Amino acid sequence: MTTAEIQATSPLFRMEGVSKRYGGVRALENAKLDVEAGHIHAILGENGAGKSTLIKIMAGVVAADEGRMLLDGHDVTFRSPAAASAAGIACVFQELSLIPDLSVADNIAIANPPRRFGLIDRRAQRAIAAEALARAGADDIHPRAAVKDLPLSRRQMVEIAKALASKPRILILDEATSALTAGDVAKVFAVLKRLRSEGLALLYISHRMHEIAELADTCTVFRNGRNVASFRAGTRSDSEVVEMMIGREYSNVFPPKPQRAAIAKPPRLECRNLGWGDRLRDISLSVAEGEVVGLGGLDGQGQRDLLLALFGVLRGTTGSVLIDGAPMTIASPAAARASRSAMALIPEDRKTEGLMLPMTVRENLSFAALDHVSRGGIIDRSAEEQLIDEMVRLLAIKTAGLDIPVGALSGGNQQKVVIAKWLMRNPRIVLLNDPTRGIDVGTKQEMYQLLRRLADAGAAILFYSTDYDELIGCCDRVLVLYDGRIVRELEGRGITEHALIASALNVEGGDREGTAA
Amino acid sequence: MSEWRYWLNEQRGTLMGLAIFLLMFAVYIANHPAGLTANVAQTAANKGVLFAFVAMAQTLVVITAGIDLSVGMIFILTNCLASWIVVGEPLPTALGVVAVLAAGMVCGAINGLLVIYGRLQPIVATIATGAVYFGLALLLRPFPGGSVNEDLADALTGRLFGVIPSSLVALAAAVLLVWLPFRRSRLGRAAYAAGSSEQAAFMSGVPIRRGKFAAYTLAGLLAAMGGLFLTFFTYTGEAAYASGSGYTLWSIAAVVLGGVSLYGGRGSAVGAIFGAFAARTTGDMLFVFDVDPLWQPLLQGVVLMIAVSIGSLALLRVRNRLDWFQ
Repeated sequence: MTTAEIQATSPLFRMEGVSKRYGGVRALENAKLDVEAGHIHAILGENGAGKSTLIKIMAGVVAADEGRMLLDGHDVTFRSPAAASAAGIACVFQELSLIPDLSVADNIAIANPPRRFGLIDRRAQRAIAAEALARAGADDIHPRAAVKDLPLSRRQMVEIAKALASKPRILILDEATSALTAGDVAKVFAVLKRLRSEGLALLYISHRMHEIAELADTCTVFRNGRNVASFRAGTRSDSEVVEMMIGREYSNVFPPKPQRAAIAKPPRLECRNLGWGDRLRDISLSVAEGEVVGLGGLDGQGQRDLLLALFGVLRGTTGSVLIDGAPMTIASPAAARASRSAMALIPEDRKTEGLMLPMTVRENLSFAALDHVSRGGIIDRSAEEQLIDEMVRLLAIKTAGLDIPVGALSGGNQQKVVIAKWLMRNPRIVLLNDPTRGIDVGTKQEMYQLLRRLADAGAAILFYSTDYDELIGCCDRVLVLYDGRIVRELEGRGITEHALIASALNVEGGDREGTAA
Repeated sequence: MSEWRYWLNEQRGTLMGLAIFLLMFAVYIANHPAGLTANVAQTAANKGVLFAFVAMAQTLVVITAGIDLSVGMIFILTNCLASWIVVGEPLPTALGVVAVLAAGMVCGAINGLLVIYGRLQPIVATIATGAVYFGLALLLRPFPGGSVNEDLADALTGRLFGVIPSSLVALAAAVLLVWLPFRRSRLGRAAYAAGSSEQAAFMSGVPIRRGKFAAYTLAGLLAAMGGLFLTFFTYTGEAAYASGSGYTLWSIAAVVLGGVSLYGGRGSAVGAIFGAFAARTTGDMLFVFDVDPLWQPLLQGVVLMIAVSIGSLALLRVRNRLDWFQ
């Protein structure tokens, strides 16, 4: 957009020359942004490009060092999230801002609960929550349910309902659909389009290109803390946009797959008739060495439980697990990672299950492999050092040093640390639970290549992803789960978006596509 | 899930506290030579209520994911203060009561300020303030002594209509006038939110600081109510260090028995009251079984351990091991 164009319109919200530094790191440099009512404005960029900082400044979470913000043409500064919220800016954060021990209704009404005689009116609060949930298309969620009992995708819907309940004029969605099921995404999109027609300004941050293509009116690309370009949606091709984001050519996102014949190896990991209550039913599968097997289907159909069951986290599973053809009982994560099975699990929630955030990068990296670098219980510092250096180089982890808290790294780099931590043990079986959620394109690409390299080096890989493109691009075979069962197995060219969606919904059509391979 | 199951889920900790108390109290009464008479109930209530006030105070702070190691000392300090000023004609007595309660609130508020604005760890801040409060108590009452308006004391530790222990009525009034309004207020909500996830609470624009400050201040108020009752019960003031520390530590046991999570964000002062009565009963139990005094501390510990274990039985049913850490 040229300067003349920008001045011709009168934006609802404008940001000028905004900069923010954290220590010596420039998170945002002279950023400009115009947000118009009745528009969906997509913000694109890799992790660490400055998008999160931009949003945090708008939402009053952090203060800018320089620059000004104008709302309706008047200068504004937000000292707290409450102040931004009062000015009509609501934010759906990627890192969920829900309070786990409170109920859904408590959370939705948290900013300004309805009161009678000074006390919170819980009946009115439930009514508000029910209405907000219905507006967000999530009326399956009970307002009295405790947030901590809900799966991630439902929590994200609550988060969206919560933002809507504050009746905002500007709604910011930061990776708001990253954990949602396909059905939810469709509902949320319908809601967002309705809000746009009602005159709201929407800021939409996503790493999913097809979502942006469907929703956005305007796009702004950020790179290294600066806004690189703003343009009307649809005027640039996907690969042009991606090049703007990463500043280099974008090709061969997915590494080539080997021929099927090349991976006709004996199965390394097998399970037979695996069951767990009503969450997993009669699961039989096998993964050969050198093979990448995907788990597909809608979110919450048992994929996560399956990985946890294989990794020895669940109690009371039935059926049998075989490693290299020999039956094994894996009763705990410690047993799973022991040398006989040499399993690794890359968890979905890196913040709680993968990393100890306040501890340093070095400590996090070497935790899982301490027994490999110690003798008689004493850690061999030089062996540890060597292994860590190797991993940091192999995965290209960007960090200011090994002795800073891992929580200070960007999301993509945190995830690399989780993966590196497990790779240090040379696992022969790698289980991945949606490892690229909320991670930028560049890092994703590196991860795909890493997965294939691991497989080529002889590992058996079981890979759950909510992103169909990943399953299509990365996997030799895909098992689709529905209601705790494997309903379809897709192979080679049979792994198509249509086949994945049809079998995920467990409708006809998946069959035809799947067997066409 | 139907409505009542959500309710059950919300109240699980409190109901567990109630169940543990009823179980222990039933064992106690069944073995008491006199059985459940009005006298036995009155004595049990009076002793339990002291504990219950301190446990309620502890609950408020624990909900914010803090801990108050000065509650027992506020309890002792207000006892010593009351033994000076809750005396004489009705009007000076009433003013004395107000002053004692205000003193408790000031103590709680100081804790709150140190933790919230001084950014001290609650455990360290309250060890320090607890020592200060005990020091003040010692200055007020270097030797046990003093007195209290005995008419008021007898009325509040006696019986209503000949059967209901009036101390229980006072406790119920504290629940109705302090706890329930707090729990249903915006500040109370903020205290829960801060305890459950301070970061999420901040992002949501919750008044975290005011919520926590209210929790600490009201904790001081409730501890002072306990201190007043101690005075009514003993007619005297005594700066007893062991007693103050004992009440502090047992208040933590009581909140756990009552289903309040030490990680914050979960639980109710009503549960803590049941927990306090259950904890109190562990002591009484040893009397009815006529245990050698030498063995009492040890056995009391064992009984407490069993009681706490009953509360965590639910963990044995967990099928996903990750749930253990939630």
